[in-house]
Amino acid sequence: MTDALAGRTRPNPWAGRLLRALFVVALPALLFALWWLASDGSTDVYWPPLRTIIRTFPDVWTRARLRADLVPSLLRLLAGYASAATAGIALGTLIGSYRKVRAVCEPVLEFLRAVPPPVLVPVIMLFAGIGDTMKIVVIASGCVWPILLNTIEGVRGVDPVMSETARSYGITGPARIRSLVLPSASPQIFAGLRQALSVGIILMVISEMFAASNGLGFTIVQFQRGFAIPDMWTGILVLGLLGFLLSVVLQLVERRVLGWYHGLRDSSRRSP
Amino acid sequence: MNTALGAAGLAAFLALGEAVPRLGIVKERYFPPTSRIARALGDQITDGAFWTDLGDTLTGWALGLMIAVGAGIVVGVVLSVVPYLREATASTIEFLRPIPSVALIPLAVLLYGTELRSVLLLVVYASFWQVLIQVMYGVRDVDPVAEETARSYGLGTWARIRHVLWPTALPYVMTGVRLAAAVALILTVTAELVIGAPGLGARIAVAQTSQAVPEMYALIVVTGLLGLIVNVGARTVERYALAWHQSVRGEVAV
Repeated sequence: MTDALAGRTRPNPWAGRLLRALFVVALPALLFALWWLASDGSTDVYWPPLRTIIRTFPDVWTRARLRADLVPSLLRLLAGYASAATAGIALGTLIGSYRKVRAVCEPVLEFLRAVPPPVLVPVIMLFAGIGDTMKIVVIASGCVWPILLNTIEGVRGVDPVMSETARSYGITGPARIRSLVLPSASPQIFAGLRQALSVGIILMVISEMFAASNGLGFTIVQFQRGFAIPDMWTGILVLGLLGFLLSVVLQLVERRVLGWYHGLRDSSRRSP
Repeated sequence: MNTALGAAGLAAFLALGEAVPRLGIVKERYFPPTSRIARALGDQITDGAFWTDLGDTLTGWALGLMIAVGAGIVVGVVLSVVPYLREATASTIEFLRPIPSVALIPLAVLLYGTELRSVLLLVVYASFWQVLIQVMYGVRDVDPVAEETARSYGLGTWARIRHVLWPTALPYVMTGVRLAAAVALILTVTAELVIGAPGLGARIAVAQTSQAVPEMYALIVVTGLLGLIVNVGARTVERYALAWHQSVRGEVAV
């Protein structure tokens, strides 16, 4: 009796953890099983059985291929994304803070941001050839806009009361940016970083589809042109896994940096 | 005042585009001056085939965006409101969302060739997640006090969605729609560029292979203007829909 009551008021932590694990695994397992069953007897060339795809996987993605294709792709993505993040946050803070600067820059920025980044691939090829520089520039030029836009919005949305308080305490310049502007804009900035990550992966693949001798995009298109359909599917899976892993990494960073924000939310949610 | 400053910024940008190649800082062959691009743009506008391609691009964009926004809002709200559904789907969404839609290009080529369906597959896949994620971020932002107040007043699920959740999520939804509109355009043009489905993208690819550099820039300017119209349109809708909201009101008052 007392045990049952205690169990109800203080739920077993293991049960909670088990339930959460179940939530994470259940639907993917279900979908996977469905795919496996639906495709098992498939004779359609374009939808090979999942069994075949998985059997092909280790043959295609050997250590040598990972080193030759995955690593260069990742390095380009990282270089482009990092420069976009730096430029986007710095410029966004500047533009968001000064009303006049924002007014001058806005139409031009709106236009530049509106150009679909993949059409820049032919243009950037004119300037930068078909090497790694071209790919990094393409990635950076596409990633920068969501980050810039979100930073401007975030900086603009700083709570006016806090802003006034900071001013009356004489907090100005870098200190104001470090301890007021960036923290209060950071939830928005991270939303931008998330969007930029997916744009970046898209551009990484596109730029490699155009002109490259290695990289994931290049390899997958090679498989498609050679009608190596199961190999092509494994390539799609690799891109999926890569995108997933990168977003997990970004989420871990976000959880660390925005810990205070989520904590604030959670505590106000839990209060009666 | 703001318009004047903006126009000045734009004029400076155009003048820079004219001066840099004229002064030989960048080779004219790589970067034609603004006036050359403007003349090429004029040639395009008088070409009937250009308008057909523009129409194809717009069709792909609008259809794809409509499907993605509708599905994104419905799925986002349902997932957030029904207990446990968000937790059950979170891992799947987190896995599917980052799959770059361009990874589907080979598949789209094999399945549909250069048809519109090829374009739609990519556009819908890419823009759906933009809306969905924003809707879910927005729903998570609901003020707990407002939510509990609504509960304690006995508002039902539907009324809470209508009066508490929707107004809170709307700014996020609008951001999502604006981003999705841009992403949809990007993917439409990309699909045309890479797959060769008829449209502005395919036209750019043709200009590139025939070394028609000013025409290529003119077409890129067209895609930029198109994107601009899309963004300004989305922003106008946003401003109208969020006229009551802090971020919009604050901007007007100062």
